[in-house]
Amino acid sequence: MPLDPSYVGRSYPPTPPYLVGREKIREFAKAIGATDSAYHDPDAARALGYADVIAPPTFPTVVSFASNNAVVDDPDLAIDYSRVVHGDQRFQYTRPIVAGDELVGTQTIEEIISRGGHDFITTRTDITDTAGAPVAIAWSKLVIRGEG
Amino acid sequence: MDLPKKTYPVTRADLVRYAGASGDFNPIHWNERFATKVGLPGVIAHGMLTMALVGRAVTDWAGAPDAVVDFSVRFSRPVPVPDDETGTEVEVSAEVKGTTDEGHTVLAITATCRGEKVLSQAKATVRTSRLGK
Repeated sequence: MPLDPSYVGRSYPPTPPYLVGREKIREFAKAIGATDSAYHDPDAARALGYADVIAPPTFPTVVSFASNNAVVDDPDLAIDYSRVVHGDQRFQYTRPIVAGDELVGTQTIEEIISRGGHDFITTRTDITDTAGAPVAIAWSKLVIRGEG
Repeated sequence: MDLPKKTYPVTRADLVRYAGASGDFNPIHWNERFATKVGLPGVIAHGMLTMALVGRAVTDWAGAPDAVVDFSVRFSRPVPVPDDETGTEVEVSAEVKGTTDEGHTVLAITATCRGEKVLSQAKATVRTSRLGK
């Protein structure tokens, strides 16, 4: 059964604050082979005007992936995760994520399309600090493959 | 203007490391039995790892780790990663497509694995100040 498009606009409560650790940024940067000193060395990041090491561009996925679970696990949508494929991803940045940030993700369903037996759901994650100041926005389009 | 092509190796060990760092433990990225059962050619790389490698290329080209303003991709084809020492490679190239009203530079990006495009509509908007320097 196609995903009900009336869920477009549904939003979810903000996630609990995610405290960005310096070692987590280093671990992520190392995992993707990113050697820029601003990801590893606080002094190098300070020279660029940041309080601590900064995160590589796709690091917001650590926050938005967790926050996206609210949608994937929503019993009303009843998404079969074993049929989910990542379709599109977009990030828009107000500023880089910095170690020490406490980040909150707020999830909204922005689009639902059914085509060729597959469902396409686009979610938007507004990532802010705990005071509500914007840091980044992440959009993920998930493809839910049809049966058979 | 074409930007210099970059090549990134991807091995099974890289997938394990990325799973831990990102929190994405989907078994299609580490379990051959599971991957083939759901119809994949074998274990495939996380799409977000491919995007992260492209992000490395973009920040290198831009000349600054904090230069990216907007970054988007479509995952058009999986990146299979063989269970051997060498794994596979992702090749990333880009051309400068134009300038935004804010003066940022738009890059149109191509990412391929074994000669086939693995991303489509990939683009990044970067602050221009240090591009190509």
